Amino acid sequence: MIRRFWVFIEQEDGKIHPVAWELLGVARRLATEISDELEKSNDQAIVEGILVGQGVSALAGEAFQYGADRVYVVDAPPFKHYINYAYTTALVTLVQKYQPEVFLIGATTLGRDLAGSVATTLRTGLTADCTQLQMGIARDSARKLLLMTRPAFGGNVIATIMCKNHLPQMATVRPRVFNAPPPSPQRQGEVIQESVPLDPSAANVEILEFITSQSAKVKIEYADIIVSGGRGLGGPGGFALVKELADELGGVVGSSRPCVDAGWISYDHQVGQTGKTVRPKLYIAVGISGAIQHKVGMQDSDFIIAINRDPHAPIFEIATVGIVGDLYEVVPNMIQQIRSLKEAKHG
Amino acid sequence: MFHALVCIKQVPDTTNIRIDPETGNLIRQGVPTILNPYDAHAVAAAVEWKRKLGGKVTVISMGPPAAASAIRECIELGADRGILISARQFSGSDTLATSYVLAKVIEAVSKDEPVDLVFFGKQAIDGDTAQVGPGVASRLGFPMVTYAVKIRELNLQDGYVVIERKTETRNEILKAKLPAALTCEKDIAEIPYASLPDLIYSLKYEPELWTAESPIAFDPAQIGLKGSPTTVYKTGTPEKHTGGEVFHSAEFGLEQAIKLALDKLAASPVGNSILRVSQ
Repeated sequence: MIRRFWVFIEQEDGKIHPVAWELLGVARRLATEISDELEKSNDQAIVEGILVGQGVSALAGEAFQYGADRVYVVDAPPFKHYINYAYTTALVTLVQKYQPEVFLIGATTLGRDLAGSVATTLRTGLTADCTQLQMGIARDSARKLLLMTRPAFGGNVIATIMCKNHLPQMATVRPRVFNAPPPSPQRQGEVIQESVPLDPSAANVEILEFITSQSAKVKIEYADIIVSGGRGLGGPGGFALVKELADELGGVVGSSRPCVDAGWISYDHQVGQTGKTVRPKLYIAVGISGAIQHKVGMQDSDFIIAINRDPHAPIFEIATVGIVGDLYEVVPNMIQQIRSLKEAKHG
Repeated sequence: MFHALVCIKQVPDTTNIRIDPETGNLIRQGVPTILNPYDAHAVAAAVEWKRKLGGKVTVISMGPPAAASAIRECIELGADRGILISARQFSGSDTLATSYVLAKVIEAVSKDEPVDLVFFGKQAIDGDTAQVGPGVASRLGFPMVTYAVKIRELNLQDGYVVIERKTETRNEILKAKLPAALTCEKDIAEIPYASLPDLIYSLKYEPELWTAESPIAFDPAQIGLKGSPTTVYKTGTPEKHTGGEVFHSAEFGLEQAIKLALDKLAASPVGNSILRVSQ
C-alpha cells in the first residue's frame, strides 16, 4: 500500500505561496515518522503536491526541491483564478482518486476558504491553524495518526486533535509556523497531469474585478525585523515612533490586537492568534503587555526585545531582553543609539 | 422581499479568560460570554440591507440555552426572528457536525420563507477555525464568498449579489447567484445603535427552541461526538517561558538600560546582521 502525504501548493498569478514549501518540509518529516510501520509491512510513504491553476505546470519542478516526490497538476483555463467551486472540485476529485492519508493546506485566506469546503464535501475532519503536527499512536489506534496541535480560546489552551476514523486527515497551518526546508536543487520527481471536468451550470460565482491597492499590502509574515506597537502607545499617533524605529532597522511595523480593534492601525499589521504568525530575526514589542493571544503569534522570533513601563507585563516572560521604562523616552533614545552604533561600524 | 439569515455564535470573551494558577486549567465559571464580534457585524449588514430592500432577518445559533442572550442581542440590532438550536445531543459537535446542523435548519427555514443570503462572521474568536461558513455553503450548494468587506449590490429581481472580498494581496469583486453565502469582516457594516422599539422588543424576546427531534429531526449519526470526525486527544496549557534579562531604566538610567539591551542583541547570533543594516 502507498501511504500518501499531500500538500496543496497554493499559487496566485503563477507565484507559489511559500507556505507550500514549509508544508512540504512538514510532510517529509511526517513520512519519516512512520518508518517503523513501513519496515514491518510492504507499505511505502510518499510526499505529493497538488498544484491547480492555468499555465502552472512549469512551477511543479520547484516542489521537488522542497521534498515532493510527485506533483499532480490540474492546469486548465477555468482554474486561472481561485474560485471556491472550481478548486474544491479539483481537490475533491483527486482525493477520491488517490485517497491520501494526510492532506495539509496553508491557512491563508485562500487556503482557509478552500479547506473548509473540501473537508465538508469529503465528510472528513479538518483542524485549523495547527502549530505542531506529528504522527503518533493515540487511544490504541491500529496505526499512527496525525496528531494535530493547535491553540484554542485565544491561545489560553493548547489542544491536540485527532481524526481517527476518517480520511484524509486534514489540517491547515499558518505561514511561518514552520520553517521551509533548504531546497535541494538536484532532487527530481514526477509530474502527473490530471484533468478535472467542471459542470458549467454549477459555476455560480464570477470574478468581476481585482482591486490592487497602490501601496502593496503589508506582508509582515516574512519580514526579518518587526517593531510592534501596543496599547501602551496611548493612541494612533504612537505608531509614527514605532515606524521610525522600524525604518532605522530596515524592518516593518506590527501591532497587537487592541490597537487594530481601536482602529489605530489596519488589520494587515496585526500579530497574534487572530492576526499573523511571525518569526522574524528581531521582534521589538513596544508598549505591548503580552496577552497570550499576542504571544502565540510571535514567540518563535529569534530575538525579542520588550519595552514596557510595567515590570510585571507578561511580555517580559518571553522576551530575550527587556527594558522597563516609558516607551516615549526609551524608543527615541534607542533610535539614537542604533544610529551611532551603525555610524561607528561604517566610520 | 429580502430574507437574510445570519448564523451566529455565543463565545467566551477570550480577551478576558483566566487560567487557574494552580492547575493551569481554564476557569470557565464566571467567564463573560459575548456575541462573537464578527457575527455582530454580519447581523448589522443583514439588517442594513433589510432596511434598504424591505424584508426580514432570521438569526440562528447552535449552543447552550444561555446562548439565547446572544440571539436577543441580534434582535436588539434589528433582527426579526431568532432560532436557538439546543440539545444535549449536539454537544461535542466539531465543525463538520455543526455545518450539518446549520445547513439542515437553513433548509427547513427556507421551505417556508426562502433565504436569499446567508451571513456568517469570518470566524468565531474562541475556535478561530473559519470552517463552519464554507462547510454550510458547500452542504447547501450555495456559492460562498469569504472575507467579505462590502456588499456592493444586491439584486433580488435578477437574483445576484456583488460582493467585495479581501484576500492577502488584493480585493476581489465577485458576482454570485442567489441564494448565496458570505463570511464577514468587521468592515461589512458598522454596528448601529439599537432603536428604542428594537431594544424593547429584544428585552422580552424569547427565541424559538429547536431540539434534536423537533420541529425537524436530525440524523443522530451526524451530530454531537458521533457525527464529529475530529476529537480532542488531549489538552494542555501553553509552555511557560521564563524570559531573559530585564533592565529597569529607573535602576540603570535610561541610556545605560538601552545600551545593555542592545549589547545583548549585538552579541547574539542575529545581532551582527541586524545592526549592520544601514543604507
